[in-house]
Amino acid sequence: MTFEQLLLMRHELLLIIVAVIILIIELSTDNKNKQIILPAVIFLFSIVTAVGFLPIETGVIFGGAYNTSDMIILMKNSLNIGVLIVLIQSAGWLKHSFGNFDNAGGYFFIIVASLIGMDYMISAGDFLMFYIGLELATIPIAALAASEKMKRRSSEAGIKLLLSAAMSSGILLFGISILYGTNGSLYFSSLSADDLNSNLQILAFIFIFTGVAFKISLVPFHLWTADVYEGAPINISSYLSSISKASAVFILLILLFTVFKSILPVWNSVLYIVAVLTMTIGNLFAIRQQNLKRFLAFSSIAQAGFIPLGIIGGTQLGITSVIYFLLIYIFSNLGAFGVVSAISNATGKEKMDDYDGLYQTNPRLSLVMMISLFSLAGIPPVAGFFGKFFLFTAAAVQGYYVLVFIAVMNATISLYYYLLVVKAMFINKNDSPIETIVNDNYTKAGLVICVLGILLIGFSGAIFEFIESVSKGI
Amino acid sequence: MDLIFLILIPVLTVFAIILTDSKAQARIAAVAGTGIQLMLSIYLVILYLMERSSGNIEQMLFSNKYVWFTSLNIYFSTGVDGISVSLILLTGIITFTGVLASWDVDYLYKEFFISLIVLATGVFGFFISLDLFTMFLFYELAVIPMYLLIGIWGSGKKEYSAMKLTLMLMGASAILLVGLLGIYSYSSPTGLTPLTFNIIEIAQIDIPIEAQRYFFPMIFIGFGVLGALFPFHTWSPDGHASAPTAVSMLHAGVLMKMGGYGCLRVAMYLLPEAANEMAWIFIILTSISIVYGAFGAIVQKDLKYINAYSSVSHCGLVLFAVLMSNEIAMNGAVLQMISHGLMTALFFALIGMIYGRTHTRDIRNMSGLMKMMPFLAVCYMIAGFASLGLPGLSGFVAEMTIFVGAFQNADLFHRGVTVLACSSIVITAVYILRVVAKILLGPADKSMPAGMTDAVWNEKAVTVILIIAIAGMGLAPLWLSDMILNSLEPVVQKLTLLK
Repeated sequence: MTFEQLLLMRHELLLIIVAVIILIIELSTDNKNKQIILPAVIFLFSIVTAVGFLPIETGVIFGGAYNTSDMIILMKNSLNIGVLIVLIQSAGWLKHSFGNFDNAGGYFFIIVASLIGMDYMISAGDFLMFYIGLELATIPIAALAASEKMKRRSSEAGIKLLLSAAMSSGILLFGISILYGTNGSLYFSSLSADDLNSNLQILAFIFIFTGVAFKISLVPFHLWTADVYEGAPINISSYLSSISKASAVFILLILLFTVFKSILPVWNSVLYIVAVLTMTIGNLFAIRQQNLKRFLAFSSIAQAGFIPLGIIGGTQLGITSVIYFLLIYIFSNLGAFGVVSAISNATGKEKMDDYDGLYQTNPRLSLVMMISLFSLAGIPPVAGFFGKFFLFTAAAVQGYYVLVFIAVMNATISLYYYLLVVKAMFINKNDSPIETIVNDNYTKAGLVICVLGILLIGFSGAIFEFIESVSKGI
Repeated sequence: MDLIFLILIPVLTVFAIILTDSKAQARIAAVAGTGIQLMLSIYLVILYLMERSSGNIEQMLFSNKYVWFTSLNIYFSTGVDGISVSLILLTGIITFTGVLASWDVDYLYKEFFISLIVLATGVFGFFISLDLFTMFLFYELAVIPMYLLIGIWGSGKKEYSAMKLTLMLMGASAILLVGLLGIYSYSSPTGLTPLTFNIIEIAQIDIPIEAQRYFFPMIFIGFGVLGALFPFHTWSPDGHASAPTAVSMLHAGVLMKMGGYGCLRVAMYLLPEAANEMAWIFIILTSISIVYGAFGAIVQKDLKYINAYSSVSHCGLVLFAVLMSNEIAMNGAVLQMISHGLMTALFFALIGMIYGRTHTRDIRNMSGLMKMMPFLAVCYMIAGFASLGLPGLSGFVAEMTIFVGAFQNADLFHRGVTVLACSSIVITAVYILRVVAKILLGPADKSMPAGMTDAVWNEKAVTVILIIAIAGMGLAPLWLSDMILNSLEPVVQKLTLLK
């Protein structure tokens, strides 16, 4: 293997370097200077994110176990941007719960490690690489979910995440083993050349889909979501709900359109049912939530229910709109989580009632929250509208009018609970609203990036066109 | 003229308001911005008439296309014909007077004006769009500020009303979206051209009747909810009653017109076969709207509720006329939109002013206002007369045209419902005259607060502008109806060819 070939793994190699540097910084600073690690990591990670956008060759290495294409690079870049925002937003939390940034190095290391896992998962060309990536992406997060050692709920979240992840990978592995047994290969390229029409192979698909659906928290595999999001530190919840979910959708796209493309009718009907269930159940549960972390958890379940609308039918337009939707979703969800995290770090309040009259004291935070929620609800002119509209278009062009109808009705229901938060902040009166919060520059920067993303991605047709041009590669 | 200015100016106004730092400045910015917008609308009308008189017979004038999402073939296409031009003028007038009427908003004044102007941006954008995508975008953009406007600055059970209104209208837009996407997915019958959202291009295509049967009701209901179609009108009375003055004006004045316009431009124009086939269902529903709304207005005691129900009745008449699918009735529909927009805005403005003095909207607690505030009382009478269709004012022109047009359909069903709808004129007279007699005439009520003054300058400006427009339309309707009639030709042609 030549050095040029090795460079195909640019994203992963850079992240590994960053991870090592983080460890070195962590070891070489004494306790007084620990806070230097935050700007250092953000600086390094910004460079990694920027380098990811440089044009690069694509190709296959390790005999087909690892491959890159323009679309895979785009997916990795979207994840990088999302993680960058998460890292910036975690400043407030680290200061709040780790005091002097003790152990902050561990936090950053684990996040980067998990991202490396996701990158390998997306780039996988066979099921072994896929599985290693998947585990590397999930297991470290369980450690982070339990990282607030003094809180029982946090440990509970860690254990729940670990157990459900273990369960889902068990099912996934079973599916992979059936596929290997019937086809004698683990390579995506040779599997996609075969016709996977026997019942056993369809069973394998169902198992593999189940494993991935756990990660996306599609109904009926969503039961861990709300508890974990509520118990875990808020940055981990936002990481799980945006980055982890997006990466799982990316790999699902790749699997469906390569390995399982011969059983398109099967996965179409599976996705149809799962989409309807996910949207409806996510929405109905979200209506009743009072804790904003649980609220965002169910809202993120419902949001995931819209994604199959783009996948169903298997068109290029659909893939484009799924990636576009996810990009927007990352920004909007991180925006909403960012506000909840800023308020929770400053005051410890996470209930919807606590937000009554927030606009009086914290107008900027309220506006960011409103923009993010409107984007999640799909209200123009913010980006969420365009994301949802194109998903619906993709499904409607394929003739799935009933599904689109169910989806738009769900979008209206979701508007109701998003408006409840807006109502609390802007309309409800409160004698003692949350006092004015002075945010540090990191929090502000994180929120500004989210808002800019939400406002710009929708209006710019260029981004959609770019995604469209690379999504041919699948 | 480039129509994009009609969107740019409100957007710039919003930024200007953000930059101001006192109430006086914010008000001046809002008035200046909407004033320029009104000038621009008038200028557009003049330009339009000049173009037409110089022999330009293109269907859409000043059309333009901005690339947006090429791979989906989505453009921001703009263009206007006589219908949209006259509705843009209406929007310009109502936005300007609406800002003047909310001179005294104190609580979060910046946010108020910003939301109001965002709402207006949505309406302007809706009327200049020739593309189903942008049309839908602007429709939603116009609805969502209503939630904040009613929820924050409203009165009474405002939270309930705001949520009800937003959810019903957004639910309607959801149904509408399915219909629009349906049209989009059938917009390339040969498969050689890319699918399109462009209204003019889709109008050249024949969408199969089986598909039309599904999408026509969706689109008609989707827009119809905004036009207070029975039984989906229930958001309207609550919404109007809880909204602050300027919002009621804009809401009843222009927002509900978007419903009628959408039914005409999208449902009837693009899906003519299904429209002919299924019109009878909606004719029955709109007839119920007309009569039920009028009866509803009789029994109400709150001034705003009375006008809200009367709006249901009058907007029902708009949809009724659109469904009659002949040139005269449709012309009447557009005239009625403008007439109702002006007169209902005047009503709501006056109710706001009266409420500001008497602190009640209950007609049982008011009487003899004519003695205490003669200017406002006379204006209220004029609005009332316009509403019940007195010749010389706008209401007469519109309703007369509608009934003449509707009666031209020779069959028993159409004539029967027309006669039924005509009865609303009488019922309208009952509730208008009852209110006028009760609150304006008679001896002054002892329980009313002392020291009430008559209108001040900004209130006079609001009422005078609106009354001039109403009277102008009533006395010289021909230029307006000619302008509309020409533009209706393509729609009516499609409808009658298929009969």
